[in-house]
Amino acid sequence: MSVNKKLTVSASPHVRSPHTVTGIMLDVIIALIPSLIAAVVIFGYRVLMVTLVCVGSAVLAEYLSRKVMKRHQTISDLSAVVTGLLLAFNLPVSIPLWIAALGSIIAIVVVKQMFGGIGQNFVNPALAARIILLMSFPSAMANWATDSKFITTTATPLASITRPTEIITSFVGETEELPSLLDMFLGLHGGCFGEVCSLALIAGGIYLVVRKVISPAIPLAYIGTVAVLMLIAGIGDFEFVAYQLLGGGLLLGAIFMATDYTTCPVSFKGKIIFGIGCGIITTVIRLFGSLPEGVSFSIILMNLLVPHIEKLTTAKPFGTPKVDKKAEKAAKKAEKEAAKV
Amino acid sequence: MKGYSANGVLKAVVKGRGGVSVSHSKNTENCKIVRMPVPEKVVLPMQQHIGAPCEPVVKVGDEVKVGQLIGDTDKFVSAPIYASVSGKVTAIGDVKLANGSMSKAVTIESDGEMTMCEGIEPPKVENAADLIKAVRASGLVGLGGAGFPAHVKLGLMPNENIDTLIINAAECEPYITVDYRECMENSANVIKGVATLKKYLGFKRAVIAVEDNKPQAIELLNKQIKELAGGDPDISIMALVSKYPQGAEKVMIQSVTGRKVPPGKLPSDVGCVLMNVASVAFIQRYLETGKPLISRSVTVDGSAIHTPKNVRVPIGTSLSDIIDFCGGFKAEPFKIISGGPMMGAAVVGTDIPLLKQNNAILAFAEGTFKVKPERDCIRCGRCAQVCPMSLMPTLIVRHTKAKDVAKLNDAGTMVCMECGSCSYVCPAGLPLVQHMRLAKSVIREAGAKK
Ligand code: SF4
Ligand code: SF4
Repeated sequence: MSVNKKLTVSASPHVRSPHTVTGIMLDVIIALIPSLIAAVVIFGYRVLMVTLVCVGSAVLAEYLSRKVMKRHQTISDLSAVVTGLLLAFNLPVSIPLWIAALGSIIAIVVVKQMFGGIGQNFVNPALAARIILLMSFPSAMANWATDSKFITTTATPLASITRPTEIITSFVGETEELPSLLDMFLGLHGGCFGEVCSLALIAGGIYLVVRKVISPAIPLAYIGTVAVLMLIAGIGDFEFVAYQLLGGGLLLGAIFMATDYTTCPVSFKGKIIFGIGCGIITTVIRLFGSLPEGVSFSIILMNLLVPHIEKLTTAKPFGTPKVDKKAEKAAKKAEKEAAKV
Repeated sequence: MKGYSANGVLKAVVKGRGGVSVSHSKNTENCKIVRMPVPEKVVLPMQQHIGAPCEPVVKVGDEVKVGQLIGDTDKFVSAPIYASVSGKVTAIGDVKLANGSMSKAVTIESDGEMTMCEGIEPPKVENAADLIKAVRASGLVGLGGAGFPAHVKLGLMPNENIDTLIINAAECEPYITVDYRECMENSANVIKGVATLKKYLGFKRAVIAVEDNKPQAIELLNKQIKELAGGDPDISIMALVSKYPQGAEKVMIQSVTGRKVPPGKLPSDVGCVLMNVASVAFIQRYLETGKPLISRSVTVDGSAIHTPKNVRVPIGTSLSDIIDFCGGFKAEPFKIISGGPMMGAAVVGTDIPLLKQNNAILAFAEGTFKVKPERDCIRCGRCAQVCPMSLMPTLIVRHTKAKDVAKLNDAGTMVCMECGSCSYVCPAGLPLVQHMRLAKSVIREAGAKK
């Protein structure tokens, strides 16, 4: 055989790694499935309804908005599915389905596509949509009513443990009893249905780290910061810290939302700063804010700071000599003085 | 001593950042280098190196013998070109090279005799100047792919600021195995060559750096050091982590010495000279025989090649002759690459001559390499993570769009060595290396305007 057809001439490299955007999104979806199963077991089948509505409307919204904007179709990259899943996980099981659908549409159309689509939005679509829903439908978004046979208390337990121990104990008489730490870990307590089962979330997180989809830097920095600050606030009360870590949306946020590629820094240093920042804001909101929960707000706030963090932490090209800042300052000073004279 | 393992093989001083693990595909690692029959004709381009082109010193109709000077120049950065077959000069004119550029070339129709040129004898070498002169006369350019005239690098010596000679035997590109075969089959020349360079040029130490996926080469060379270099403690083997692009100049210098070549500087600025292992073995052979660079070994492999081989080929043989020697194609070739799959150039056809610096010809059938759909960047950061030069390709793409030359320079665009790691890893299938080339051209244009 000889060379008959025209040979393909393309730029090097000629080999490519097997990783694709779709593959990465699929990994995220796989990592979310344990939490979905846990939620169905704990809260019942309505979980599936809400999830399907969110995912379906997210994909449809992505399809239509790309069509209207006359851009190439992107639904096959599965990112809209991930956004739909994450939004669903941040909703109470009792949410009216039309609100869930509206949330997906806001996430995809307003937050993602209006800024240019995947990779361009500066805040996490699912979180931004959740916050918009929280402000627009405060009662529906805080309706923790459930017919789950596992859950005795309906309120999200964080509401009762935002203050250090002494204060909690003074509450316990009035509120229902706190779930045990084991129940907290397994997810047998109130809250958004995707955030309750810490076990499933951590399993998903480990999967993502092992598959190298996310770096553990942000989750560890984030959760670690909350733990340390809460330990200080709780005057060394480890039980209080444990409730803080397992309750609310901290694990879901730290593992799945704060690590969103588009809205977190690229460098390791940047990721650590980002994680610590999220941790500090979450702690401050939980302890001093009027809201019981601060994860969504803190991630969104830090999302906005990402361009600045990137500027500070971008690595210098290989071999760039280290600038001696003191010497530089001294040189500048000398220059100025020389200019004066 | 620090960094020594039990048998005296050194370990890398620094594990550099970035890099990717590509499948090695060293299918031909056990294929002994075989000589191919004399081709009917060879085409010898006058530009087979970085630097000034040579001018032909023969005319159409001249009878030439193997090893006879064909082209030369008085420019310093250049290397003379010798006839690789005996026969008759039938044409002198422009030909297209693998990279698409044009070069003047001398065509020799072979008489099949391979008659050696008279007067070829070992050069007399008594000091550094003699050696460097000999290396220039040999026509040697970096055989690892770069094609930089060897005497220019060695001409920096003796120099008290340069202490380390690094012999690059990493061969980190997939498929290519000629350097490995050189180590296995000509280990004596490699070691003697290293010892010669060290002795005459005054390097304090010499390190032969091999990726640790070639344990047999490491063992053999290590044994030869003891036997042939009298166990010189300043000649050693270093096993480097097998990761692409371990063999890139700056990466290798960092792995071996821990020193980082600053942007815009050369290896010599951090006290190092790097030589490809086959180049060193060639120098030793040249010093012993006086036979200039007229042939080289090349790996022929890929899914479209009938019988992959390592072949010793007269310089200037056409790719199609070489492929025919390897049984031709067993499948319709879709892409043919001169060099490795990470940095090699895809060629438009096989009617081009093999140059001094070409170390592989790879032909692939359609579908061997999966093509990823090109999508929008998802800002995953993988490209920045793997860049051995700590660059952020996405940032550079942005500055290129804005034509912001100052920012492009700041971002280290010129430091990019086009190793391809970023494109390789990008899940969105973006041609980042092309973007880097574009960015460089933006900088160059701005520089030209000034
Ligand atoms: S690897 Fe590709 S998708 Fe990821 S940040 Fe770089 S260019 Fe974007
Ligand atoms: S930017 Fe250049 S040096 Fe860095 S990985 Fe890409 S091609 Fe290699």
